[in-house]
Amino acid sequence: MPDRALFFQRYGVGLALVLLILFNLAVTPNFATSQTLAVNLTQVCTIVIVGVGMTLVIATGGIDLSVGSLMAIAGAMSPMFFTGQLFPVPLYVGIALGIVFPIIIAGVFGLFNGWLITKFSIQPIIATLVLFIAGRGIAQVSTNGDLQVFKVPEFQAIAIGRVLGVPFQVWIMLVIVAVAAFILHRTVFGKQVLAVGGNEAAARLAGVPATRVKYLVYLICGLCSGVAGLIVIAMNSAADANLIGLGMELDAIAAVVVGGTLLSGGRATIVGTLLGALVIQLVRYTLLANGVPDPAALVVKAGLIVLAVWLQRQEHN
Amino acid sequence: MTTPLLSMQAISKSFGGIPALSEASLEVMPAEIMALVGQNGAGKSTMIKILNGAHALDSGTIQFDGAPWTAGSPQQAQRAGISTIFQEINLIGYRSVAENIFLGREPRRAFGLLDWKKINEEAASLLARFDVKVDVRAPLELYSTAIQQMVAIARAVSFAARLVIMDEPTSSLDEAEVTVLLRTVTQLKAEGVSVLFVSHKFDELYKVCDRVTIMRDGKTVAVTPMADISKLELVASMLGRELDEVQKKGATAFKGSAGKIGGELLSAKGVAIGHLVRDADVDVRSGEIVGLAGLLGSGRTETARAIFAADQRSAGDITFDGVTTNFKGPREAIAAGMGYCSEDRKSQGIIPGMTVAENLTLALMPALTRSGLLDEAKQREVVERFIKEIGIKCAGPNQKIRELSGGNQQKVLLARWLCMNPKLLILDEPTRGIDVGAKAEIQALIRRLATDGLGVLMISSELEEIVEGADRVFVLREGRTVGEFNHENLTEGDIMRAMAHDDAEDKRHADGAPARA
Repeated sequence: MPDRALFFQRYGVGLALVLLILFNLAVTPNFATSQTLAVNLTQVCTIVIVGVGMTLVIATGGIDLSVGSLMAIAGAMSPMFFTGQLFPVPLYVGIALGIVFPIIIAGVFGLFNGWLITKFSIQPIIATLVLFIAGRGIAQVSTNGDLQVFKVPEFQAIAIGRVLGVPFQVWIMLVIVAVAAFILHRTVFGKQVLAVGGNEAAARLAGVPATRVKYLVYLICGLCSGVAGLIVIAMNSAADANLIGLGMELDAIAAVVVGGTLLSGGRATIVGTLLGALVIQLVRYTLLANGVPDPAALVVKAGLIVLAVWLQRQEHN
Repeated sequence: MTTPLLSMQAISKSFGGIPALSEASLEVMPAEIMALVGQNGAGKSTMIKILNGAHALDSGTIQFDGAPWTAGSPQQAQRAGISTIFQEINLIGYRSVAENIFLGREPRRAFGLLDWKKINEEAASLLARFDVKVDVRAPLELYSTAIQQMVAIARAVSFAARLVIMDEPTSSLDEAEVTVLLRTVTQLKAEGVSVLFVSHKFDELYKVCDRVTIMRDGKTVAVTPMADISKLELVASMLGRELDEVQKKGATAFKGSAGKIGGELLSAKGVAIGHLVRDADVDVRSGEIVGLAGLLGSGRTETARAIFAADQRSAGDITFDGVTTNFKGPREAIAAGMGYCSEDRKSQGIIPGMTVAENLTLALMPALTRSGLLDEAKQREVVERFIKEIGIKCAGPNQKIRELSGGNQQKVLLARWLCMNPKLLILDEPTRGIDVGAKAEIQALIRRLATDGLGVLMISSELEEIVEGADRVFVLREGRTVGEFNHENLTEGDIMRAMAHDDAEDKRHADGAPARA
């Protein structure tokens, strides 16, 4: 592998991010404001949170297409608790239930993905397609397809509340990124995730509990999706099962790939996923802020993904 | 003398600079059944792939039916009259028998409609020629592997094949099915079709083949009428051993024999896995190196994997360390004190993208934790100790293992188990593909470990490694243990005789094949 390709593969995302920031500082008016920072960060929050789970899944050589649907399930379920629709409860109890319970449900659906993949040896792309399709259906049925509008500032604080001037959801994202990066690089579980993705047959022969590892990554991916689903409804002050997390699987995979995680598994970077999501977002922002229409920005985003995949391919040559 | 149907001369082919074939040759006469034998890596498959167009040759000439021949693709070879029948049947299970025979060139009527009547009738009459009675309209997958193979042969014949290549056609068949297949092969010959028959089962070769071509290390080392060569001579030729020279030579680094041999550690009785292993018996005592010998396809690796619970056995009793065991997977075997180094270092051993340290401690890692976190200081300590102790040459614990030489990768994999303090180590071809220096080091290390009380079960294709390294040897043939030898006075000849089943009554006479001249 040529050294230059190796360099770009390792530091390309960070470099791209720095260049984009420098470009915007020079060209885009009003770029260096806390307003711009907050806008861009809140745009990537849910993508990064789901991307963290996706990074772990991809690190084992898998993929999870169901993340958007799991977000919809969690998001559609939550208001039923804190609006007292199901049963009357004190507000803060309702909010606690409305946060904890939907996240757990999303995790259980993640386990279901893991079960299909390990028990029946179904390819992850097919196994998670099941919930990609059925999950949104479940979310829609459980709300009769209705839009649930609410105004509960105590709950919505998880997205729009601010701590030290930074939106609370950004803090959630940073904590999840930090914890996941720590797990991936410093724990036995993290090493086992990479071992399974790097060579599953060898890992099994060395006693790595590959089945359990796979269950866990899909569980974590489901939990992350649940969190992201709650942030979406808290931001919108409404839950629409038809729209929550729509297209999220592709945004998350794009962030993971641009971040430098190997799609075939065995090498992964959580921080890379964060940077990948920021680069994609910032490219879009740069183009929009300078008068390029959104559809054109989509083409540029696609170009970024192609570039990232091409860099990965260099390793095999 | 008639001209050969196929003549491949001076065929050379390398992959990435490593020669797979050097000046190999192969001739098949019209209506001849030619056996092709050789150890793993002898170049048989490469030869076949060049012949049917899957690989291009580097140099050499091929004449087929009197004209120069180069196949661009297996499809082109098939049209020219060369059909290959692979171990894994490449037909479509859910389509009917008849459809499979005519796949891609179905008889059509006007407007491109399929002529089903003609398809089914022709398929039925074709199969009738081989005495195969099946419903040609039923999906192929309803029938046994043997029938599916027969359908593949019928398909080849329907292409007006002049030469049918069969790569290990009987490896997944039971005995009755083998008989049917061999009859079909004879039938092909009667119809004037030549067959290139690749198999490791000598009894079959003696039953149907006219001549045999023996390959070794990418070269053709002998071509002779089947009736002129004994099984023992065949094995000796495959392994590159002269019959009068199969005494001990002292070429390996297993210095001296064992120290103190302890009590029984492992006992496996009547192990079976499908058709691959039928009745394997192996036992190992602590402090002892037990060799497991056998030709390719004898079930050595499968037996080892069953002991380690990497595959589930279908029958047999295994006792380990005094306890009857039924491990559900490698994890339980490891916890009980076993380790297993696969013969396939690359795909079953190393995690290429991980470091030396991570690869070395892969199995130990769960024990290297402090409140759930990997204790990197402790990990480093273990890794550095083993790098020093067994002489792993690497830039450091954090070098990627894929950057190491084969010998050093193998040492890391050995250390992966040694750091677990195992009682039994199963080593499948521990020195394959390793340079001479590292090979000697690994052999010496294995002996040293055994002297320290470790039980070792060592599979090797290299006879001298088995004869000189092992304190006791089991020989497997066609999935059965057929011999047990002690180190004293053991020669390579003893093992080869057991591998080849070259005993006094010499079965082929009983089967009515021509006696040796």
